[in-house]
Amino acid sequence: MSDHILRMREITKTFPGVRALQDVNLSVRRGEIHAICGENGAGKSTLMKVLSGVYPHGSYDGEITFDGEECRFGGIRDSEQRGVVIIHQELALCPQLSIAENIFLGNERSRRGLIDWNRTNHEAARLLERVGLREHPVTTVSDIGVGKQQLVEIAKALAKEVRLLILDEPTAALNDEDSAHLLDLLRGLRAEGITCVIISHKLNEIAAVADRVTILRDGRSIETLDMRADDVTEDRIISGMVGRDLEHRFPPHEPSIGEEAFRIEDWTVHSPTQRDRVVVSKANLSVRHGEIVGLAGLMGAGRTELAMSVFGRSYGVGISGRVLRDGRPVEIRTVRDAITHGIAYATEDRKRYGLNLIEDIKRNISAADLGRLAKRGWVDDNEEFRVAEEYRRDMNIKAPSVLSVTGKLSGGNQQKVVLSKWIFTDADVLILDEPTRGIDVGAKYEIYSIINRLADAGKAVLVISSELPELLGLCDRIYTLSAGRITGELSRHEATQERLMTLMTTLNSKDPAR
Amino acid sequence: MSSISPTDVPTAPAGPPPAGPARTRVFGVSLNIRQSGIYIAFALIVVLFAVLTDGALLQPQNISNLIVQNSYILILSIGMILIIIAGHIDLSVGSVVAVTGAIAAVLMVDYGIPWPVALLITLVAGGVIGAWQGYWIAYFGIPAFIVTLAGMLLFRALTLTVLGNQGIGPFPDPVRTLSNGFTDGYIGNIGLGALGGADLFSLIIGVVAVGGMALSQWRTRTARLGYRQAVDPLPVFLLKIVAAAAVILFVVVQLARFRNLPWVLVLLTLLVLAYSLVTTRAVFGRQIYAIGGNLQAAVLSGIKVKQVVFWLFVNMGVLAALAGVIFAGRLNQAGPTAGNTFELDAIAAAFIGGAAVQGGVGKVVGAITGGLIMGVINNGMSLIGSPSERVMLVKGVVLLAAVAFDVWAKRRAAQ
Repeated sequence: MSDHILRMREITKTFPGVRALQDVNLSVRRGEIHAICGENGAGKSTLMKVLSGVYPHGSYDGEITFDGEECRFGGIRDSEQRGVVIIHQELALCPQLSIAENIFLGNERSRRGLIDWNRTNHEAARLLERVGLREHPVTTVSDIGVGKQQLVEIAKALAKEVRLLILDEPTAALNDEDSAHLLDLLRGLRAEGITCVIISHKLNEIAAVADRVTILRDGRSIETLDMRADDVTEDRIISGMVGRDLEHRFPPHEPSIGEEAFRIEDWTVHSPTQRDRVVVSKANLSVRHGEIVGLAGLMGAGRTELAMSVFGRSYGVGISGRVLRDGRPVEIRTVRDAITHGIAYATEDRKRYGLNLIEDIKRNISAADLGRLAKRGWVDDNEEFRVAEEYRRDMNIKAPSVLSVTGKLSGGNQQKVVLSKWIFTDADVLILDEPTRGIDVGAKYEIYSIINRLADAGKAVLVISSELPELLGLCDRIYTLSAGRITGELSRHEATQERLMTLMTTLNSKDPAR
Repeated sequence: MSSISPTDVPTAPAGPPPAGPARTRVFGVSLNIRQSGIYIAFALIVVLFAVLTDGALLQPQNISNLIVQNSYILILSIGMILIIIAGHIDLSVGSVVAVTGAIAAVLMVDYGIPWPVALLITLVAGGVIGAWQGYWIAYFGIPAFIVTLAGMLLFRALTLTVLGNQGIGPFPDPVRTLSNGFTDGYIGNIGLGALGGADLFSLIIGVVAVGGMALSQWRTRTARLGYRQAVDPLPVFLLKIVAAAAVILFVVVQLARFRNLPWVLVLLTLLVLAYSLVTTRAVFGRQIYAIGGNLQAAVLSGIKVKQVVFWLFVNMGVLAALAGVIFAGRLNQAGPTAGNTFELDAIAAAFIGGAAVQGGVGKVVGAITGGLIMGVINNGMSLIGSPSERVMLVKGVVLLAAVAFDVWAKRRAAQ
């Protein structure tokens, strides 16, 4: 047996139109903690799904060797049987069941078809002791905090006699204390001989706990660094994560920037599910007419939460702070208020939150401001058709007519419909959340051109994006957000991927870069 | 919106090339099978039973019965389809029919309140019942299934409390005329050759209706052409108008030969026209589709979802009250078991008529057609002497087949 418990060789995984992974190699040594780093969309989660059998053998190219044997997992059950267990970012616990029931879910301790509750609770108690969770096994999972739930997930993995534990962003939702405890636990598991693969955006945690780190970028494995032997710093990891050039992927644009259009002050938002958790903390930002401003942040930094809470309190509770439009404070309590005050928000998930997929282009474009096409409550549908046709030509929406159903359009064309819908509301401030996600390169260029045109027309545009090159290529100014705080503000000239990434991963900050 | 979707799930694959809804070519005419399937099915069922009953189905008296017997279900199905389009359901309408019928009876019979006032009060009571349910559903956030299941019990209990174990009647004549009666022969009869005498007034109304229908279709077509929208080619357009006119005229002539136009048919026609207009043209109607199609997107488009849902249930309550009065007037008494299982017929009518289980799809005319399909099956099978269990069996199969067809057509369109 080799000293490598896992080897993944030349893994290539394609989705229609998108190559998510290309020739990725990953070797994990027995008993180490191996971190995987990369920007959002670099392919980390896809790689882990290939490994755990979520994408079954045959749906990808390449070879997986686990414990010296080639593996062809047909599903998650196969991989778990071999001792490969993945803990996803969104916890997969049933909140209404007890801790013990969750630990043995799908793996029940039973005798002749009946559950042996004594054994279940007894073994659960032992596992809880192992992960350092002082809770009674019959406690309902919804009664314990997220940090403790994460420990239950690990106990569940241990119950399956895990040999390779994969954790996807295990500390993203945890506070510092719970995170520290979790990292301690991982060290303890390592001492017991359990190998861990951890995906994390928190580079300080990786530096603290990982033995080696593999960096992914744009679906390729870039390098594997030894955190012990080499003198690897967080900066070294960052340069590996972002090290690509800006290509000529952005239309040229000369901004003409006017007065301030939009400002938020001391904006604070709490999570609706955990009311004591601050999701956005005292954020200040502003956008001027004709300006394209970026908002950079890693997953869980609070970008979407910030945008949605501003947009008519669509997210969060305990919201405080001020919104100013053209210098005047405005009160925005509903989405309607936001639209009335000329604010638009195009969601990051256009299929779930942006479009009525069973309806045609025309009706989607008019949906946010149907009143403008109506007299005394009656819609002029010919006028609606004319307006929609205008947008179809103007935005180059590729569809035979505006009567085509939006669910059948490609991602890029769907996004153009979403943009049309918000432009039709005559908004002055457009918040665009991941405007190019899931869109191919050609359509991206078109979307960038549209954004530039909006700015030229005097609109204030706030772009939220996970892709740093996109922000650098598009924006006149970029704010960074980390753990709910604005950690920096860089002008176009100051901003580089390295500086942004540093600010985005700062945890204890509040020191703007200038 | 308590959850934010994860940021690095693999991106959605590029979609298939753009295309319109699934169309099939029949006799050289392009048809949207998912939308027109219901009308074709209706025509086939009518022909089938016309043959099986040796034409008895289409006899003047039978057509008149068919309309009068099903009027209250059809009225309910108008309210029901709107609720189903918005992605909800209403199980309480049968009980609301009973309780509003009882209210009307108490007001008209026991208290002797003039019938127009009593009718108005009953409709308001229906609205209040709808508001009660709408509040729990829209503002309190309890699923409509539960609220209206509770309402089904509550309002049945209320009916029994009001009526005890007996019916109240008889109703004043005007109410009975509305439910059961016919227009007078205002301007006498006219001979129609072999068909015998027919009511001239009814015939004139029929001709006016056909003319109005043709004119409004023509104007819609002209306006669309003005905006360079795609329209049916002229021959197809004319064919559709002629077909619709033939059906209307046939029904009207048969009715004119029997006992003139049933008042409920007049009422029903007005309701269908008004609600069709609301669903296709009014901002309110369009918001119903937006809510049913994608609730989250509707919320984030600034649609006041709670308000819309609340008023949908108020509307359902008012229509149920109208159906309640008509049903009670037809039996000439309000009974404790009135309206039993009407909710199921109304829901079945909506789904047979092309509503989607997930919401967002459906038409008022579709629900009416769905209701008529069930009515024709009921009527036709009883004409040929089928026992009631067989009628139930066939209706069950038709409902299942209709929804299965819808699901199949959707899946086919997605490929």
